[in-house]
Amino acid sequence: MNLILDIAWTHVRARVRQTGFAVAGVATGVGFSIMMAALMQGSQDDFTSRLVNTLPNITVSDERRTPPPQPADTHYAAAEIHGLTPEVRRRGIKNPLASMAALEAWVPGAVGPSVKVQAIIRYANHDIATNVIGIDPRRESRVSDLPKQMRGATLNALFRATNAIVIGDRLSEKIGARIGANITLQTSEGAHLNAQVVGFFHSGVRQIDESTAYVLIKTGQILSKQTGLINELRVRLRDPMSSREIAIRVETDTGYKSVSWQEANEDLISTFIIRNIIMYTVVGAILLVASFGTYNIISTITHEKARDIAIMKSLGLSEYTVRSIFVIEAMIIGLAGAALGFLLGYLLCVALGSVEIKNPFLDSDHLPLAYTYTHYLMAGLVALVSSVIAGYQPARKAARMHPVEIIRGAT
Amino acid sequence: MSAADTQSATAGAAIAGTPLIEARNVTRILSGVVPTTLVHNIDLAIRENEFVAITGPSGSGKSSLLYLLGLLDLPTAGEVLVRGLETTHMAEEDRAHARLTMLGFVFQFHFLLPEFTVLENVMLPMRALGQLSASGMRTRGGELLGSLGLGDHMNKRPDQLSGGQRQRVAVARALANEPPVILADEPTGSLDSKASEQVFEVLRDLVRRHGKTVVAVTHDLGMAARMDRQIELIDGAIVADKTINARG
Ligand SMILES: Nc1ncnc2c1ncn2[C@@H]1O[C@H](COP(=O)(O)OP(=O)(O)O)[C@@H](O)[C@H]1O
Ligand SMILES: [Mg+2]
Repeated sequence: MNLILDIAWTHVRARVRQTGFAVAGVATGVGFSIMMAALMQGSQDDFTSRLVNTLPNITVSDERRTPPPQPADTHYAAAEIHGLTPEVRRRGIKNPLASMAALEAWVPGAVGPSVKVQAIIRYANHDIATNVIGIDPRRESRVSDLPKQMRGATLNALFRATNAIVIGDRLSEKIGARIGANITLQTSEGAHLNAQVVGFFHSGVRQIDESTAYVLIKTGQILSKQTGLINELRVRLRDPMSSREIAIRVETDTGYKSVSWQEANEDLISTFIIRNIIMYTVVGAILLVASFGTYNIISTITHEKARDIAIMKSLGLSEYTVRSIFVIEAMIIGLAGAALGFLLGYLLCVALGSVEIKNPFLDSDHLPLAYTYTHYLMAGLVALVSSVIAGYQPARKAARMHPVEIIRGAT
Repeated sequence: MSAADTQSATAGAAIAGTPLIEARNVTRILSGVVPTTLVHNIDLAIRENEFVAITGPSGSGKSSLLYLLGLLDLPTAGEVLVRGLETTHMAEEDRAHARLTMLGFVFQFHFLLPEFTVLENVMLPMRALGQLSASGMRTRGGELLGSLGLGDHMNKRPDQLSGGQRQRVAVARALANEPPVILADEPTGSLDSKASEQVFEVLRDLVRRHGKTVVAVTHDLGMAARMDRQIELIDGAIVADKTINARG
């Protein structure tokens, strides 16, 4: 075996109890870091996948981000004109079929037409503001997971009755409507429609499950009092993470406001960023504390072994060699701590994953945990690096010691 | 062993006249609230195959001089040359290498690494130098220990040996990389008379039979009288330097 390794290992082995504490410190740091990362990432992934699967990745609506230019602006370029009311435009996406075909030509994914109407659902003393979305059930599976999220009936049930409606399960609980219930829909434009509940859906996103309902496009158009209206194109991409970039291109392409799921949930995503900052701070603190343990033990060993260091240096071992011995010792502690921490982290995740909880925000009664080797790799690497940094300072000090001072003291 | 010795002897002969170790006007002052002068204005040349005793009262600077000659300590003024090579202004790294290859130390207390076996201790300088194969180191370590009468103790730990045995292990370790010089600081100071005599004979044989140079600090004037040259120190200065060929 290599001389440096040999001596380092001898020192560590002779102090199983002391080094054991340092290793346990690192292992605790690594283990809890892994667990926290799994929990954070797990809940974040869980939530993101719900958002991505439930909502269209991109929603193209008939709104525009900037009000259309006033005719006066174009005529009098130099003058700034204030206080004019924008022209009232006809609602809806112009020539929706052509727009869809144009998008489908280049967008890596699928596009579906829909009519979105704000309505009040009335049923047995309840009035609830709802997003009613008119969709084409046969095309819906291409743009969202709604068909998979149906409870009690398939989405095709929408064809079964005139003015059939599918509502979110939380909404149904709120108003107490069961399958077959006849509810009333009312809009601010004065439309009034009786509809029959033919099924429920459950997306897992609370906000959607308690305030969204689906009808056929035709029903939606009746409700909006405008035949042929399509006011939203729903886009699903093969890679949902590219939604932001594609939404921008769609918007420049069509001129219509295109909102990616990330933009629609901006505040949520910034919450995730804050959570991650908190997580990394805590993980960093844990590992910092763990590296104090490593620093401590390496300092102790260099003091206990001062005489041996003097011997080695008087024999002609270089400063580098002596320093390496103690850096390797710190590395051994870091490696052992990381390995033990992997085990601890995995066990903590398993334990945490088996805990049953009732959480109104979550679907499952288990905590969502992300098992990914990158967490292990990261925690292990950080532990190793911080151990080496913690060990380096006492190692350097030890290596610079003058052998004569120690030999004089011992004689 | 003898082949390498012949080689180093010829190398020494090739630059005949150049001392093995030379101190030129060396002074060592310990800085502190009250600066302490350990040795001052030392001029000294140690030549090939000499058997030198450094004597003097306790606190006269014998150890200090030995550390300076062995490149363990640096002079405050003056310089130390090894085989004509100025070492005082070398990089510490190079001085360490010179210690590893040219100088062997034996201290009053054995100073072996307690966790390693006798053989492993002897192999340590060889491993640091890294010129021999693992089996080559083993063979050489075994031969050295065998020649010092420790063949049966190779796999013991230092604390299983007597004081005299440990001191001979220290000599074996000092010889590991075949240095031309052995520097010993009261090597028999902590031993009884029988063990002292054995260690003395080992050192004498190194000079007489193997062409080494030995510089040994000793209190024991009887022992000093049996060596080739006696350097006497008082208050950090050389007061006498007698060469009496005591061969025989
Ligand atoms: N670290 C030190 N601090 C102060 N004085 C020292 C130190 N080391 C040695 N000395 C003093 O230097 C002088 C020479 O010491 P040393 O070389 O060990 O003498 P010797 O080996 O002849 O007994 C002594 O007076 C000793 O007390
Ligand atoms: Mg002394």
